[in-house]
Amino acid sequence: MTTTNSYQGIKPQRPWQASTKDKAITVGIFLFSIAFAYGVVLVSGLNGKLGMFASFVFIFVAINSGRSYLQFGSALAKDSLVNILVAVGTFLTLIPIVSILFEVFSKGYKGLYLGFFTRDMSLNSPNDPLNTGGLGHAILGTLILVSIALVISVPIGILTALYLTEIKGNFTRPIRFLVQAMSGVPSIVAGLFILSAILYPITKNNSAILGSLALAILMIPTVARTAEEVLNLIPNDLREAGVALGGTQWRTVAMIVVPAAKSGLITAVILGVARIAGETAPILLLAGGGDRYNYNPLSGPMGSLPHFIWNSFKNGTPESIARAWSGLLVLLVIVFVLFAIARFFGNRKVGK
Amino acid sequence: MSTTETTYVIPEKRELTTKPRFSDKVFRGVVTGGGLSSLLILGLIFGFLLYQGFDIFKSQGLGFITTSRWDITYDEAGNVLTSDFGLAAMLIGTILCSFIAVLIAVPISVASALYLSFYAPEWLKKPMVTIIDLMAAFPSILFGIWAYFILMPSGAYWAKLLNKYLGFLPFFKNEQRFFDSSPFIAALILAVMIIPIVTSISREVFAQAPLDRIQAAYALGATRWAMIRAVVIPHGRNGVIGGAMLGLGRAMGETVAVYTVLNIVFAINWQVLFGVGGNVASLILLKFAEANAYEVKGLMAAGLVLFVLTLIVNFASDLLIRSFGAKGK
Repeated sequence: MTTTNSYQGIKPQRPWQASTKDKAITVGIFLFSIAFAYGVVLVSGLNGKLGMFASFVFIFVAINSGRSYLQFGSALAKDSLVNILVAVGTFLTLIPIVSILFEVFSKGYKGLYLGFFTRDMSLNSPNDPLNTGGLGHAILGTLILVSIALVISVPIGILTALYLTEIKGNFTRPIRFLVQAMSGVPSIVAGLFILSAILYPITKNNSAILGSLALAILMIPTVARTAEEVLNLIPNDLREAGVALGGTQWRTVAMIVVPAAKSGLITAVILGVARIAGETAPILLLAGGGDRYNYNPLSGPMGSLPHFIWNSFKNGTPESIARAWSGLLVLLVIVFVLFAIARFFGNRKVGK
Repeated sequence: MSTTETTYVIPEKRELTTKPRFSDKVFRGVVTGGGLSSLLILGLIFGFLLYQGFDIFKSQGLGFITTSRWDITYDEAGNVLTSDFGLAAMLIGTILCSFIAVLIAVPISVASALYLSFYAPEWLKKPMVTIIDLMAAFPSILFGIWAYFILMPSGAYWAKLLNKYLGFLPFFKNEQRFFDSSPFIAALILAVMIIPIVTSISREVFAQAPLDRIQAAYALGATRWAMIRAVVIPHGRNGVIGGAMLGLGRAMGETVAVYTVLNIVFAINWQVLFGVGGNVASLILLKFAEANAYEVKGLMAAGLVLFVLTLIVNFASDLLIRSFGAKGK
């Protein structure tokens, strides 16, 4: 009893943690760097927030690592230098995304009103005020384009994934490489391909289905690679159990493996849709523009969100650019929602 | 105790065979067919672009990739009188912009991948990974318009600074004082676009660094940086290079985001801060709008060149990532 009591008065020591003095010195260096950076901004060619930030980071890094070099020696000085550098790198990664989100929301909400989602632009010129016209036709067009691309690419993508995980034939390695290569095909090349293979020789006119074909080419690799990862996670026990019960491979895959991987496969499809929903270049070549509702995917130019944004951006009037930002906001929200759904399905445990 | 007579019915001998059944044959056939579709599609892309662009390759020869001009003249009836296509400026511009983009993006991506793998507190890790993955899914038109309105002024600001203090280097010269729409700004937006891709690949590579060696390094008294230098970097170097190559391939094929910020001119320009540049993908979009049938053939040929270029880069990246996978085990 006495021994335990004697321990209770002693606080555990943590020599590796920064002492109050160390913390005070760090804060001091921090404040001094801000002041010094401000001075640099005043006397040199650096100016504005960007110059302030850059010179602050540079000065802070220099002083802080100099101090740890004097106090602790070179090993710890390098360590603290890298500490700051990785934090700065992460910060630089996050700046663009924060800026993009901020700009799109702050510039995009002005053009939104209820009719924006139902009306089309057929009676509007670029100079019309923001409470007229809308992108209903573009939303419909994007829906049609994406649905057709979905119908084409999902079977092919999932079959490819099944080949890579279930059959594992002689072509496994080349096909895995080809899928990888396909995911690197520039979107404009996919557009040119459909142009050269179908639009010029056969149809000679823009239509939604041609755009969908190009989008399908871009979507297949995303679906195939994500689906392959998901199918690889299915435990082999399930496959062996299916075969041991007398099932053929077809029954095993169709009744056991695919249902077990269902939520993951849905994730794969949704990530594919998110990849193509905002794809612009092939749409510009193939689907044509169109500022009115078009319900027929087989003929006539079909509007779409990327095309609406592109046109509004190119028109260049203030109202038109405001419409472009609003269109971007709508597109961004769609990508957000798709991504959230994919996360929801992706986080569910495989096999349940 | 009487014995009852029991009759044993011996079933007919089952036929044991390893031959796949009919349903399996169909299944394997369909799945293999689906699997080979990627080969078919890539082959068709190559074939059709070659077929359509063949006239151009024949009339221009090697000059198509070594000269830089894009001239076409018509008579009144719209027939082509003379045409001269050469992609050199566009190709050099594409490669230049993508390389600068990778040079900017890789250090930042590796730093943030290291932070996410070894420095970030647990509660911060998951949301940050989600945000970076989300950024990788942003459409390129979003990046393009953001770059035009927001990034361009900041980019021009940095370009002026670089020119002021490092202007004696030939790369950073800019006599005309025209800083907007330069290859440097195009490279900045490409860097922003590939940072999420390179970051997530680097993070996956770092996550596979062997835990026993990490702990051994710590046990020997290594600081975090010493551990990273001794264990993580030698282990993941090839994977990171492969990720960078993948980013390079993406950057080369990017169309819309480059189109909005780059001033496309048919002249080879190595001064990255000067607002004159080239890009194959953007050229196709730029010329397509008013091109007639013959000029479109030239664009198809340009598309084929771009396609082959990205295939080569992707192939190299695949080899590097795979060699990493073999070593990692």
